[in-house]
Amino acid sequence: MKNLKISVIVMLLLTVSFTNAQEKEKMNHDHNHNKMMDMKGDTKAEAILSDYFSLKDALVADDSEKAVEASTKLVASLKAFDESNYTAKEQKELTDIIEDATEHAEHISKSEIAHQREHFKVLSRDITDIVAITGTKNKLYQQFCPMYDKGSAWLSTKEEVRNPYYGSRMLKCGKVQKTIH
Amino acid sequence: MKAVKIIAWIALIAFVVIQFFPVDYNQSETVPDTDFMLVNDVPSDIQNKLQVSCYDCHSNNTQYPWYSKVQPIAWFLEGHIKEGKAELNFNEWDSLSSRRKASKLRSIVKQIENGEMPLASYTLIHKEATFSEKEAQRVVKYMENLKDSL
Repeated sequence: MKNLKISVIVMLLLTVSFTNAQEKEKMNHDHNHNKMMDMKGDTKAEAILSDYFSLKDALVADDSEKAVEASTKLVASLKAFDESNYTAKEQKELTDIIEDATEHAEHISKSEIAHQREHFKVLSRDITDIVAITGTKNKLYQQFCPMYDKGSAWLSTKEEVRNPYYGSRMLKCGKVQKTIH
Repeated sequence: MKAVKIIAWIALIAFVVIQFFPVDYNQSETVPDTDFMLVNDVPSDIQNKLQVSCYDCHSNNTQYPWYSKVQPIAWFLEGHIKEGKAELNFNEWDSLSSRRKASKLRSIVKQIENGEMPLASYTLIHKEATFSEKEAQRVVKYMENLKDSL
Protein backbone atom coordinates (compact mmCIF):
# COMPACT_ATOMS: atom_id res chain seq x y z
CA MET A 1 0.00 0.00 0.00
CA LYS A 2 2.68 2.45 0.98
CA ASN A 3 4.59 1.78 -2.24
CA LEU A 4 1.45 2.27 -4.26
CA LYS A 5 0.74 5.61 -2.61
CA ILE A 6 4.29 6.80 -3.25
CA SER A 7 4.13 5.62 -6.86
CA VAL A 8 0.88 7.49 -7.43
CA ILE A 9 2.25 10.71 -5.93
CA VAL A 10 5.45 10.40 -7.95
CA MET A 11 3.41 9.80 -11.13
CA LEU A 12 1.28 12.84 -10.38
CA LEU A 13 4.32 15.02 -9.78
CA LEU A 14 5.95 13.79 -12.95
CA THR A 15 2.79 14.47 -14.94
CA VAL A 16 2.45 17.98 -13.57
CA SER A 17 6.08 18.87 -14.20
CA PHE A 18 5.92 17.34 -17.65
CA THR A 19 2.90 19.37 -18.73
CA ASN A 20 4.45 22.44 -17.18
CA ALA A 21 7.61 21.90 -19.18
CA GLN A 22 5.57 21.41 -22.38
CA GLU A 23 3.78 24.70 -21.88
CA LYS A 24 6.97 26.56 -21.22
CA GLU A 25 8.43 25.14 -24.41
CA LYS A 26 5.33 26.14 -26.34
CA MET A 27 5.55 29.68 -24.99
CA ASN A 28 9.17 29.94 -26.00
CA HIS A 29 8.35 28.70 -29.45
CA ASP A 30 5.55 31.24 -29.91
CA HIS A 31 7.75 34.03 -28.69
CA ASN A 32 10.48 33.08 -31.12
CA HIS A 33 7.94 32.82 -33.93
CA ASN A 34 6.66 36.33 -33.29
CA LYS A 35 10.16 37.67 -33.17
CA MET A 36 10.86 36.03 -36.52
CA MET A 37 7.75 37.60 -38.03
CA ASP A 38 8.72 41.09 -36.96
CA MET A 39 12.22 40.74 -38.27
CA LYS A 40 11.29 39.20 -41.62
CA GLY A 41 8.22 41.32 -42.16
CA ASP A 42 5.59 39.95 -44.49
CA THR A 43 7.31 38.52 -47.57
CA LYS A 44 4.03 38.15 -49.42
CA ALA A 45 3.28 41.82 -48.88
CA GLU A 46 6.75 42.65 -50.16
CA ALA A 47 6.04 40.60 -53.29
CA ILE A 48 2.87 42.62 -53.89
CA LEU A 49 4.82 45.85 -53.46
CA SER A 50 7.56 44.69 -55.80
CA ASP A 51 5.04 43.98 -58.58
CA TYR A 52 3.29 47.28 -57.90
CA PHE A 53 6.58 49.16 -58.34
CA SER A 54 7.26 47.34 -61.63
CA LEU A 55 3.84 48.50 -62.78
CA LYS A 56 4.53 52.03 -61.65
CA ASP A 57 7.85 52.10 -63.50
CA ALA A 58 6.18 50.81 -66.67
CA LEU A 59 3.62 53.63 -66.56
CA VAL A 60 6.38 56.19 -65.94
CA ALA A 61 8.06 54.83 -69.07
CA ASP A 62 4.79 55.03 -71.07
CA ASP A 63 5.21 51.30 -71.64
CA SER A 64 1.70 49.87 -71.82
CA GLU A 65 2.83 46.33 -72.61
CA LYS A 66 5.20 46.20 -69.66
CA ALA A 67 2.33 47.50 -67.55
CA VAL A 68 0.22 44.55 -68.73
CA GLU A 69 3.03 42.17 -67.70
CA ALA A 70 3.52 43.79 -64.32
CA SER A 71 -0.19 43.94 -63.52
CA THR A 72 -0.61 40.27 -64.44
CA LYS A 73 2.13 39.42 -61.94
CA LEU A 74 0.49 41.71 -59.41
CA VAL A 75 -2.82 39.85 -59.74
CA ALA A 76 -0.93 36.66 -58.88
CA SER A 77 0.91 38.11 -55.90
CA LEU A 78 -2.33 39.62 -54.56
CA LYS A 79 -4.06 36.26 -54.83
CA ALA A 80 -1.12 34.59 -53.07
CA PHE A 81 -1.33 36.85 -50.05
CA ASP A 82 -1.74 35.10 -46.71
CA GLU A 83 -3.90 36.95 -44.20
CA SER A 84 -3.68 34.40 -41.42
CA ASN A 85 -0.94 36.23 -39.53
CA TYR A 86 -3.17 39.21 -38.82
CA THR A 87 -5.94 39.93 -36.37
CA ALA A 88 -9.55 39.16 -37.37
CA LYS A 89 -10.30 42.84 -37.93
CA GLU A 90 -7.16 43.30 -40.05
CA GLN A 91 -8.00 40.18 -42.04
CA LYS A 92 -11.41 41.55 -42.93
CA GLU A 93 -9.85 44.86 -44.06
CA LEU A 94 -7.11 43.12 -46.00
CA THR A 95 -9.53 40.80 -47.79
CA ASP A 96 -11.60 43.77 -48.89
CA ILE A 97 -8.60 45.82 -50.04
CA ILE A 98 -7.08 42.89 -51.91
CA GLU A 99 -10.34 42.10 -53.72
CA ASP A 100 -10.53 45.69 -54.89
CA ALA A 101 -6.84 45.89 -55.82
CA THR A 102 -7.10 42.63 -57.75
CA GLU A 103 -9.97 43.98 -59.82
CA HIS A 104 -8.01 47.09 -60.72
CA ALA A 105 -4.89 45.09 -61.54
CA GLU A 106 -6.97 42.79 -63.76
CA HIS A 107 -8.42 45.77 -65.60
CA ILE A 108 -4.95 47.21 -66.09
CA SER A 109 -3.80 43.96 -67.66
CA LYS A 110 -6.54 44.28 -70.29
CA SER A 111 -6.43 47.98 -71.11
CA GLU A 112 -4.55 50.59 -73.06
CA ILE A 113 -2.48 53.14 -71.24
CA ALA A 114 -5.07 55.82 -70.48
CA HIS A 115 -7.34 53.27 -68.82
CA GLN A 116 -4.37 51.70 -67.07
CA ARG A 117 -3.55 55.02 -65.47
CA GLU A 118 -7.16 55.55 -64.34
CA HIS A 119 -7.13 52.23 -62.53
CA PHE A 120 -3.62 52.80 -61.22
CA LYS A 121 -4.91 55.72 -59.16
CA VAL A 122 -7.28 53.60 -57.10
CA LEU A 123 -4.87 50.68 -57.07
CA SER A 124 -2.26 52.97 -55.51
CA ARG A 125 -4.69 53.90 -52.78
CA ASP A 126 -5.40 50.21 -52.13
CA ILE A 127 -1.70 49.34 -51.96
CA THR A 128 -1.09 52.23 -49.57
CA ASP A 129 -3.89 50.89 -47.35
CA ILE A 130 -2.36 47.40 -47.43
CA VAL A 131 1.01 48.76 -46.34
CA ALA A 132 -0.67 50.65 -43.50
CA ILE A 133 -1.63 47.25 -42.07
CA THR A 134 1.28 45.01 -43.07
CA GLY A 135 4.11 47.49 -42.74
CA THR A 136 7.13 47.29 -45.02
CA LYS A 137 10.84 46.77 -44.54
CA ASN A 138 11.79 49.54 -46.95
CA LYS A 139 11.35 53.28 -46.73
CA LEU A 140 8.63 54.38 -49.13
CA TYR A 141 7.58 57.75 -50.50
CA GLN A 142 4.00 58.70 -51.16
CA GLN A 143 4.06 61.13 -54.08
CA PHE A 144 1.33 63.34 -55.45
CA CYS A 145 0.39 64.96 -58.74
CA PRO A 146 -2.27 67.68 -58.33
CA MET A 147 -3.16 67.75 -62.03
CA TYR A 148 -4.20 64.21 -62.82
CA ASP A 149 -7.89 63.60 -62.16
CA LYS A 150 -8.13 66.37 -59.54
CA GLY A 151 -5.09 65.02 -57.70
CA SER A 152 -3.64 61.54 -57.63
CA ALA A 153 -1.03 59.82 -55.50
CA TRP A 154 1.30 56.86 -55.87
CA LEU A 155 4.04 55.05 -53.98
CA SER A 156 7.72 55.03 -54.82
CA THR A 157 10.90 53.53 -53.40
CA LYS A 158 12.88 56.59 -54.46
CA GLU A 159 12.54 60.14 -53.28
CA GLU A 160 12.97 61.66 -56.74
CA VAL A 161 9.61 62.15 -58.40
CA ARG A 162 8.78 60.30 -61.62
CA ASN A 163 5.16 60.66 -62.67
CA PRO A 164 3.32 57.46 -63.68
CA TYR A 165 0.14 59.31 -64.69
CA TYR A 166 1.71 61.51 -67.35
CA GLY A 167 4.94 59.66 -68.11
CA SER A 168 7.24 61.52 -70.46
CA ARG A 169 4.69 64.32 -70.94
CA MET A 170 5.31 65.61 -67.43
CA LEU A 171 7.97 63.29 -66.13
CA LYS A 172 9.06 65.05 -62.98
CA CYS A 173 5.78 66.71 -62.10
CA GLY A 174 4.71 66.04 -58.54
CA LYS A 175 5.92 66.18 -54.98
CA VAL A 176 6.62 63.93 -52.04
CA GLN A 177 3.56 63.97 -49.79
CA LYS A 178 4.87 61.76 -47.02
CA THR A 179 7.31 59.01 -46.17
CA ILE A 180 6.36 55.55 -44.95
CA HIS A 181 8.70 53.39 -42.89
CA MET B 1 -24.96 23.32 -108.55
CA LYS B 2 -25.04 20.05 -106.70
CA ALA B 3 -22.27 21.31 -104.32
CA VAL B 4 -24.29 24.41 -103.50
CA LYS B 5 -27.33 22.28 -102.78
CA ILE B 6 -25.34 20.04 -100.41
CA ILE B 7 -23.85 23.00 -98.57
CA ALA B 8 -27.28 24.58 -98.27
CA TRP B 9 -28.68 21.41 -96.75
CA ILE B 10 -25.81 21.09 -94.30
CA ALA B 11 -26.24 24.71 -93.25
CA LEU B 12 -29.95 24.21 -92.72
CA ILE B 13 -29.45 21.04 -90.70
CA ALA B 14 -26.74 22.69 -88.63
CA PHE B 15 -28.99 25.65 -88.01
CA VAL B 16 -31.80 23.40 -86.80
CA VAL B 17 -29.48 21.31 -84.66
CA ILE B 18 -27.97 24.26 -82.79
CA GLN B 19 -31.45 25.38 -81.79
CA PHE B 20 -31.57 22.36 -79.50
CA PHE B 21 -28.41 23.25 -77.64
CA PRO B 22 -29.24 24.48 -74.15
CA VAL B 23 -28.87 28.14 -73.21
CA ASP B 24 -28.67 29.48 -69.70
CA TYR B 25 -31.34 32.13 -69.65
CA ASN B 26 -30.69 35.04 -67.34
CA GLN B 27 -34.08 35.37 -65.76
CA SER B 28 -35.25 35.91 -62.24
CA GLU B 29 -38.67 36.57 -60.75
CA THR B 30 -37.43 38.32 -57.63
CA VAL B 31 -35.38 41.43 -57.03
CA PRO B 32 -33.04 40.84 -54.08
CA ASP B 33 -32.83 43.45 -51.36
CA THR B 34 -29.23 44.14 -52.36
CA ASP B 35 -30.47 45.81 -55.53
CA PHE B 36 -29.01 49.21 -56.43
CA MET B 37 -32.40 50.89 -56.71
CA LEU B 38 -33.68 49.48 -53.42
CA VAL B 39 -30.59 50.45 -51.48
CA ASN B 40 -30.19 53.93 -52.93
CA ASP B 41 -32.68 56.72 -53.38
CA VAL B 42 -32.59 56.77 -57.17
CA PRO B 43 -34.68 59.42 -58.96
CA SER B 44 -37.30 57.75 -61.17
CA ASP B 45 -35.92 59.03 -64.48
CA ILE B 46 -32.50 57.57 -63.64
CA GLN B 47 -34.12 54.34 -62.50
CA ASN B 48 -35.79 54.09 -65.86
CA LYS B 49 -32.60 54.87 -67.75
CA LEU B 50 -30.61 52.23 -65.86
CA GLN B 51 -33.32 49.63 -66.49
CA VAL B 52 -33.43 50.38 -70.20
CA SER B 53 -29.72 50.88 -70.85
CA CYS B 54 -27.96 48.68 -68.33
CA TYR B 55 -30.04 46.07 -66.57
CA ASP B 56 -30.26 43.59 -69.45
CA CYS B 57 -26.60 42.71 -69.02
CA HIS B 58 -25.93 43.97 -65.52
CA SER B 59 -28.67 42.29 -63.50
CA ASN B 60 -30.16 38.86 -62.89
CA ASN B 61 -33.03 39.53 -65.25
CA THR B 62 -32.68 40.06 -68.99
CA GLN B 63 -35.58 40.97 -71.22
CA TYR B 64 -35.34 38.58 -74.18
CA PRO B 65 -37.12 39.58 -77.39
CA TRP B 66 -38.13 36.65 -79.64
CA TYR B 67 -35.18 36.83 -82.03
CA SER B 68 -32.69 36.72 -79.17
CA LYS B 69 -33.80 33.19 -78.40
CA VAL B 70 -32.61 31.95 -81.78
CA GLN B 71 -29.15 30.45 -82.03
CA PRO B 72 -26.43 31.59 -82.56
CA ILE B 73 -27.76 34.91 -81.30
CA ALA B 74 -28.66 33.40 -77.93
CA TRP B 75 -25.07 32.23 -77.46
CA PHE B 76 -23.72 35.64 -78.38
CA LEU B 77 -25.97 37.23 -75.78
CA GLU B 78 -25.19 34.60 -73.16
CA GLY B 79 -21.51 35.53 -73.39
CA HIS B 80 -22.20 39.22 -73.10
CA ILE B 81 -24.55 38.81 -70.17
CA LYS B 82 -22.13 36.55 -68.31
CA GLU B 83 -19.29 39.06 -68.76
CA GLY B 84 -21.51 41.98 -67.90
CA LYS B 85 -22.74 40.45 -64.66
CA ALA B 86 -19.22 39.46 -63.64
CA GLU B 87 -18.12 43.08 -64.04
CA LEU B 88 -21.15 44.66 -62.42
CA ASN B 89 -24.45 43.32 -61.15
CA PHE B 90 -26.86 46.03 -60.01
CA ASN B 91 -29.04 43.43 -58.27
CA GLU B 92 -26.16 42.53 -55.99
CA TRP B 93 -25.00 46.05 -55.32
CA ASP B 94 -25.24 46.02 -51.55
CA SER B 95 -23.14 42.89 -51.22
CA LEU B 96 -20.13 45.03 -52.10
CA SER B 97 -18.05 46.87 -49.51
CA SER B 98 -17.91 50.67 -49.66
CA ARG B 99 -14.45 50.46 -51.15
CA ARG B 100 -15.64 48.28 -53.99
CA LYS B 101 -18.79 50.31 -54.53
CA ALA B 102 -16.61 53.39 -54.98
CA SER B 103 -14.49 51.55 -57.55
CA LYS B 104 -17.55 50.38 -59.43
CA LEU B 105 -19.08 53.87 -59.44
CA ARG B 106 -15.86 55.24 -60.87
CA SER B 107 -15.98 52.66 -63.64
CA ILE B 108 -19.66 53.35 -64.35
CA VAL B 109 -18.91 57.06 -64.74
CA LYS B 110 -15.89 56.49 -66.97
CA GLN B 111 -17.66 53.96 -69.19
CA ILE B 112 -20.61 56.24 -69.79
CA GLU B 113 -18.42 59.31 -70.32
CA ASN B 114 -16.23 57.44 -72.80
CA GLY B 115 -19.28 56.12 -74.63
CA GLU B 116 -18.06 52.56 -74.10
CA MET B 117 -21.25 51.58 -72.35
CA PRO B 118 -23.85 50.58 -73.36
CA LEU B 119 -22.17 48.41 -76.00
CA ALA B 120 -22.60 49.52 -79.60
CA SER B 121 -23.93 46.07 -80.47
CA TYR B 122 -26.68 46.60 -77.90
CA THR B 123 -27.68 50.14 -78.87
CA LEU B 124 -27.79 49.08 -82.52
CA ILE B 125 -30.86 47.01 -81.70
CA HIS B 126 -32.04 49.01 -78.68
CA LYS B 127 -31.97 52.60 -79.84
CA GLU B 128 -33.65 53.79 -76.67
CA ALA B 129 -30.68 52.52 -74.64
CA THR B 130 -28.34 55.16 -76.08
CA PHE B 131 -27.35 57.96 -73.75
CA SER B 132 -28.06 61.46 -74.96
CA GLU B 133 -25.61 64.07 -73.70
CA LYS B 134 -28.15 65.26 -71.17
CA GLU B 135 -28.90 61.76 -69.96
CA ALA B 136 -25.20 60.96 -69.65
CA GLN B 137 -24.58 64.12 -67.62
CA ARG B 138 -27.50 63.37 -65.35
CA VAL B 139 -26.57 59.77 -64.64
CA VAL B 140 -22.87 60.56 -64.30
CA LYS B 141 -23.60 63.35 -61.81
CA TYR B 142 -25.80 61.04 -59.78
CA MET B 143 -23.15 58.32 -59.69
CA GLU B 144 -20.43 60.79 -58.74
CA ASN B 145 -22.49 62.20 -55.90
CA LEU B 146 -23.23 58.68 -54.72
CA LYS B 147 -19.52 57.86 -54.74
CA ASP B 148 -18.71 61.00 -52.74
CA SER B 149 -21.32 60.09 -50.15
CA LEU B 150 -19.84 56.66 -49.44
